Amino acid sequence: MIGNILINGLLTGGMYATLALGFALVFSVGRIVNMAHTALYMVGAYLFFSGVRLFGINVWISFALAIVLAVLVGVAVFKLFIDRIKEHETAVMIITVALAMLFQEICLEVFGGRFRAVDPFIAGSVEVFGTTVTYQNFIAIGSSALALIAVWFVLKKTKIGFAIRAIAEDGEIANVMGIDGSRMQLLVIVMSVGLAGLAGATTAPITMVSPQMWMGPLVVVLAAVVIGGLGSIGGSVLGAFILGYAEILVVFLVPNGSFLRGVVSLGLMILVLLIKPEGLFGVTFEEERL
Amino acid sequence: MMVYVQRLWGWFNGEILAVPGRVIAMLFFIALVCFPAISTESFYLRIITVATIFALFAVSWDVLAGYCGQLSLGHAVFFGVAAYVAGALNKAVGLPPVFTIPLGAMAGVVTGLVVGIPALRLRGMYLALVTLAFPIILTAGLMAFPHITGGEIGLYSLDRLSESRLSSYYIVFMVFVISVFIMYTFTDPENKYLRFGVILQAIREDEIATRLAGIHTVRYKLTAFAVSGFFAGIAGGLYAHYVRVAGPSMLEMSFSFQVILWTVFGGMATIYGAVLGTFALVVLMEVLGLFEFTSSIRYFVLPVILIITLVFMPQGISVWVLDKIEIRCPRCKLVNAATRTKCRACRADLRPEGRKR
Repeated sequence: MIGNILINGLLTGGMYATLALGFALVFSVGRIVNMAHTALYMVGAYLFFSGVRLFGINVWISFALAIVLAVLVGVAVFKLFIDRIKEHETAVMIITVALAMLFQEICLEVFGGRFRAVDPFIAGSVEVFGTTVTYQNFIAIGSSALALIAVWFVLKKTKIGFAIRAIAEDGEIANVMGIDGSRMQLLVIVMSVGLAGLAGATTAPITMVSPQMWMGPLVVVLAAVVIGGLGSIGGSVLGAFILGYAEILVVFLVPNGSFLRGVVSLGLMILVLLIKPEGLFGVTFEEERL
Repeated sequence: MMVYVQRLWGWFNGEILAVPGRVIAMLFFIALVCFPAISTESFYLRIITVATIFALFAVSWDVLAGYCGQLSLGHAVFFGVAAYVAGALNKAVGLPPVFTIPLGAMAGVVTGLVVGIPALRLRGMYLALVTLAFPIILTAGLMAFPHITGGEIGLYSLDRLSESRLSSYYIVFMVFVISVFIMYTFTDPENKYLRFGVILQAIREDEIATRLAGIHTVRYKLTAFAVSGFFAGIAGGLYAHYVRVAGPSMLEMSFSFQVILWTVFGGMATIYGAVLGTFALVVLMEVLGLFEFTSSIRYFVLPVILIITLVFMPQGISVWVLDKIEIRCPRCKLVNAATRTKCRACRADLRPEGRKR
């Protein structure tokens, strides 16, 4: 039981953390509330699915292809639609909602509405502390851990990361200091969609793919980002892990708990907002203070 | 007698026929009144009735999000709560729709106040994310008590709104016209007696400045939530009794998104934009559903339309059209047809600077 909770919490938390990290990056650099973020995660999952099941390409090659193609889709969408109206915060948010619905309809049209199973990267499982863990779970946990560490390294140890953090702190001043804002924004979009695609491809064999798979994670990611504090990148990762474990605890310990999956995170979010509106590690922006 | 007729005609001629936007609104109104004369086939009547109910719902979203700037991503919660309350009262207590719909709307008001409480501390994106949470939490609650709420099926075989489809249509239509009229006067920033509309827009533009002007913004925001919840609740009750089901699909995230889609397509913060957008898109969806080829792509069309509208006409289609056919007098601020060269009231020159002689 405890082993199950630990492993599954790590798995869900890792997936949510990967998604929340991408969401928080885009938000802090571009002030874009990207409601289509988890739709891109779904696109990644479907691309992986079609690579493996429809075209019969090698798993690892289609894994890489899925991420690259998802990034291309994300960048194209950003350049075509979001970049033109990025001054209007509300319009950007609504257009990303429309994009999410569009991706859902495309997937529904192309792949049909039912749940589709995907082969794992490596079949088989191993016994750890009395619980069976599939290799796919290890791959999913490992890849999200690697991705999180890589992004942390880029943000903290490289010049590009320094520039990204500077823009997140104050976009105008960063621009004055000679940082190319729009180039950095594009880079962050690439990173964010890449993370979403990675999460989609690695979790597709575990959860199966369906055109509605973006809604559940979207709610949790939003809750995680709010709990961690909008604008705080580390906070959102921590928030995602908290919610991942909370969800798994409820599913395992409460009877009929799987109905309450989404509710747990939302309840926690409202609780945190009422007690500490700026989030656990929130950065209060001048214009957002009430 | 003749004098009054002449005066009325003069008012009609000067205030309605002179302004293209008002002519369109009048034609739309007449078309809705006369629609059953053209076709009483229940299929078409049903489409128009549902569109009318949804338009009322969209207008209620517009009051909250468009005018007051409190972006609500979970507006379906008001609709759904009212539908369920009306349905439960009808099923369990046996009250007729005349009572259940207002009571459902009162439940909408209470929901509005509950959802509005976080709005006292949060704003902008935070608030939007919190409002998104409420319908999802409520859906889980509905699933948890299936013996009261009917679980996934919901409450079904409720009382009809009235005996025939035709009288249902006119009931819905009348409620719609009265509600929209109330909301329009309520939020009109040029209203000389109620300051409400101006204050809502001030809150949207700059809340801190509004507070500095000595206005209790919390009170106004909560009122906006309550008003919006009330009319969304009326729409929910009407819908529940019209389709005779109150189900969990009324609380779905996609339903909340759809109302945003309709309103943004028509034009936010205009009321008429919400009405126009809803009618246009709901009818378009049904028309596309008639043909085999288009019915498969119709849900694909909807987001595409919204994206195109937002990129090319960010203020919505109705505002874009009105900009083309109407011009506001620079001196007396009266609306004129774009074809005029002189203002109809103060004779000021309306032509743009370059084209004056």
